[in-house]
Amino acid sequence: MSYIIDRRLNSKKKSTVNRQRFLRRYKKHIKEAVEDSVNRRSIKEIDQGGKITIPRKDISEPVFHHGNGGVRNKVFPGNKDFIVGDQFQRPEGGGGSGSGQGQASNQGEGEDEFTFQINQDEYLDFMFEGLELPYLVKKQLKQATQYETRRAGFTNAGSPDKIHVVRSLRAANARRIALSGKDRREIKRLTQEVEALKPQLPNDEIQQQIDELNERIEKLQLKLKRIPFLDDFDIKYNNMIKVPVPSSKAVMFCVMDVSGSMTQSVKDMAKRFFILLYLFLKRNYKQIEVVFVRHHTHAKEVDEQEFFYSRETGGTIVSSALDLSNQIIDERYSPADWNIYVAQASDGDNWDGDSLKCSEILQSALLKKIQYFAYVEITTGPHQNLWHEYEKVQSAWEEQFAMQQIKEPSDIFPVFRSLFEKKVEGAA
Amino acid sequence: MSKKSPISTGAEWSFELIEKYDQEIGRIAAEYGLDTYPNQIEVITSEQMMDAYSSVGMPLNYNHWSYGKQFVETEQNYKRGRMGLAYEIVINSDPCISYLMEENTMTMQALVIAHACYGHNSFFKGNYLFQTWTDASAIIDYLLFAKSYIHRCEERHGVHAVEELLDSCHALMSYGVNRYVRPQPLTADEEKDRQQSREEYIQRHLNDLWNTIPKKEDGAPPPQARFPKEPEENLLYFIEKNAPLLEPWQREIVRIVRKVAQYFYPQKQTQVMNEGWACFWHYTLLHHMHDEGLVTDGFMMEFLHSHTSVVYQPPFDSPYFNGINPYTLGFNMMQDIRRICENPTDEDREWFPEFAGTDWKATLDDAMRNYKDESFILQFLSPNLIRELKLFNIMDDSSRPTLEVTSIHDEEGYRKIRENLSAQYNLGNREPNIQVYNVDVRGDRSLTLRHFMHNQQPLAESTHEVLRHIHRLWGFDILLESVMPDGTVSKVYNCPEILSVGEMEQLI
Repeated sequence: MSYIIDRRLNSKKKSTVNRQRFLRRYKKHIKEAVEDSVNRRSIKEIDQGGKITIPRKDISEPVFHHGNGGVRNKVFPGNKDFIVGDQFQRPEGGGGSGSGQGQASNQGEGEDEFTFQINQDEYLDFMFEGLELPYLVKKQLKQATQYETRRAGFTNAGSPDKIHVVRSLRAANARRIALSGKDRREIKRLTQEVEALKPQLPNDEIQQQIDELNERIEKLQLKLKRIPFLDDFDIKYNNMIKVPVPSSKAVMFCVMDVSGSMTQSVKDMAKRFFILLYLFLKRNYKQIEVVFVRHHTHAKEVDEQEFFYSRETGGTIVSSALDLSNQIIDERYSPADWNIYVAQASDGDNWDGDSLKCSEILQSALLKKIQYFAYVEITTGPHQNLWHEYEKVQSAWEEQFAMQQIKEPSDIFPVFRSLFEKKVEGAA
Repeated sequence: MSKKSPISTGAEWSFELIEKYDQEIGRIAAEYGLDTYPNQIEVITSEQMMDAYSSVGMPLNYNHWSYGKQFVETEQNYKRGRMGLAYEIVINSDPCISYLMEENTMTMQALVIAHACYGHNSFFKGNYLFQTWTDASAIIDYLLFAKSYIHRCEERHGVHAVEELLDSCHALMSYGVNRYVRPQPLTADEEKDRQQSREEYIQRHLNDLWNTIPKKEDGAPPPQARFPKEPEENLLYFIEKNAPLLEPWQREIVRIVRKVAQYFYPQKQTQVMNEGWACFWHYTLLHHMHDEGLVTDGFMMEFLHSHTSVVYQPPFDSPYFNGINPYTLGFNMMQDIRRICENPTDEDREWFPEFAGTDWKATLDDAMRNYKDESFILQFLSPNLIRELKLFNIMDDSSRPTLEVTSIHDEEGYRKIRENLSAQYNLGNREPNIQVYNVDVRGDRSLTLRHFMHNQQPLAESTHEVLRHIHRLWGFDILLESVMPDGTVSKVYNCPEILSVGEMEQLI
């Protein structure tokens, strides 16, 4: 006797708990892998989950087993031309198993590595760690698009709480009229006939005819009564649809100093900062463009790869970059159509006479056109003249200008706190 | 035999068809005398199959990160197309639960039904190891109990504490079985009832053992008796009963891991037989169906295609070689036994006088019931099959610079190869033989384990790490001695590690 059961509809996420425990246990490893991949990824691809690879030996579960050595006999299949007494060299890798074990892989992942996939949420979780983001902010950043529920006409299917009473009754009425038309016409005709016959009363024959007619009328009326007052398909429901909240376009300028004093680690920190700003903006705007402007003594618009990874040397003139940004805004991003954000990262170096010029450009041109300007100075040393000049700008433009010194990743977030608190409503 | 019309012709399966195939296969199996538990056939999706994979095939299990690791690995490999999932998983329970994957074609479903629901199923029910060591009717209930108990422990003592304990227990899982003493049958209800009283009993009993420590009397110390008197092979059992510092709930968890290990112990020892038996029967049953006309030629082509790939043995020098394929060996041996019974040659009569030319069904049935891999190979591997598989033996003696071919498939080699192959499936040889030797009850409470060396094979590098796990469970120093057959100690491992003077100086 066999029982056959369809289990396909049972839950399939049985392993979720175990999976989470695994991730929690190897948090450190995964975090390293994530950080590594943050540095390799483009800003725009940052929130896509990804492949994590950790060394297999770190996650092995130890058990007692035999090591190399001693005497062992092993039986193999498929002898070709060995005869008793044949001797040959021990194959590389020990184990004494004269075979091609320990397969090499052409897919960039050998036996020594353990690779698996994590999703977007998990990826961001690991990336945000260390940035010390408040929980709410994390949650908001992970939501890709915001939706609003709107009414959109009526449908024939839906849940009872969405029933539209008037529409339903109107439909029922129409159906009743449509279904009963022929019969009502008949009744009308018969009644007229009866009325026409009535003057000839009393007359037995006529009376009989009238009775017959009345009988038919009654039958028809009974038939009419059997038409249901309200039928299933009369019921109309409010149709609700989800529409993405309309949001406008934004452009983000990433401005970075690439002079000789900026090391790769400073650039990586800056990249975190730009990523975070990108994610904040992505949550609020439907369409985002990113413009990369790098500068030493000249500013240049470049692509992302060049922005983060090409090496340059030379002095530093910050105003060149601000000038170029201003120019690009005028050419391509009209403040009427675009929300403009500028994020600048630097190690604080600037040519002495230039800082004043920067402040001028900001105050006279740039800050009037843009939503927000965020400046981070990634340095552990003392501030230089650019910082002091910017401090003045900040006191005059508190709403739009934020600056922060960054020594470690957790310092990045405070820059966003003010930005986020103030700008979210305006942007949505 | 009058030809019947085929049950189905297409590749699509439906529940009605599965039922019909199952009925027919069941009828033929009964004609051949297969005795099975009732079947519970469950159709599942590939995701569910991955879930099943990562909880050692069981429909439910307690939570642990290692199952998560298994899951992400399976998922990754499956999604990248590097491996297919097994067509089926079958569980030794009563009723016998088999999983069929939704993606399979009708032919594959029929193959799986014959293989799992009648092959493996009858093996579970008939083989002496399964009969003695596992209780098919209780396992699911027991796992349910274990899962909820461990969950409660996590709530009370924290996930981390439970996880650490489970890690340590898992490291010793192979040493949590009784190899010779028949264990108590499992029953979930009794487990629950007894658990309370057991906790109290052990704690009291334990105190008795350790209470003797401080009593020091004048006069000559009594001769030291070892504790335990006889070496104990079941490390987890010993720890559960005697570890000085474990809390009652920790002992219970040690016990759970031990019981689960015990449940899987027969499967480790009967892989060749179990798979061979199942392959033999799906092969025989489906061929019988074809003879009756119940399945089409197309069906047989598809079936034979997957059958041959399952029982394919790559030669030793092939890049796909990964040891001897238990399916191949088992299937061929079963077929060979049938051949010896039906068409014995002179050689067979000489080698197997007791069953050559007898009824093959009775012989196979006897083999299935009363053997495990080791004894099965030792008893039934024939010269004919050794020649067919071209088996040869290589001796690897670490004291010599080269490997040597010591036997091939010839007159002198048959017996030697048979013995060596059989020894290869002896769990006692495969896993290091480690037993509890002594506890320093009157002194520092250290635990001494002994590794009885086999063929001078030393322990692998992971040993230190495993010792750390034992140390966590025992709570006091651990000593592991590798002992040669003549009783001399060849190597001693300590946990915590005792540093040499040089290392000490380096640390300072």
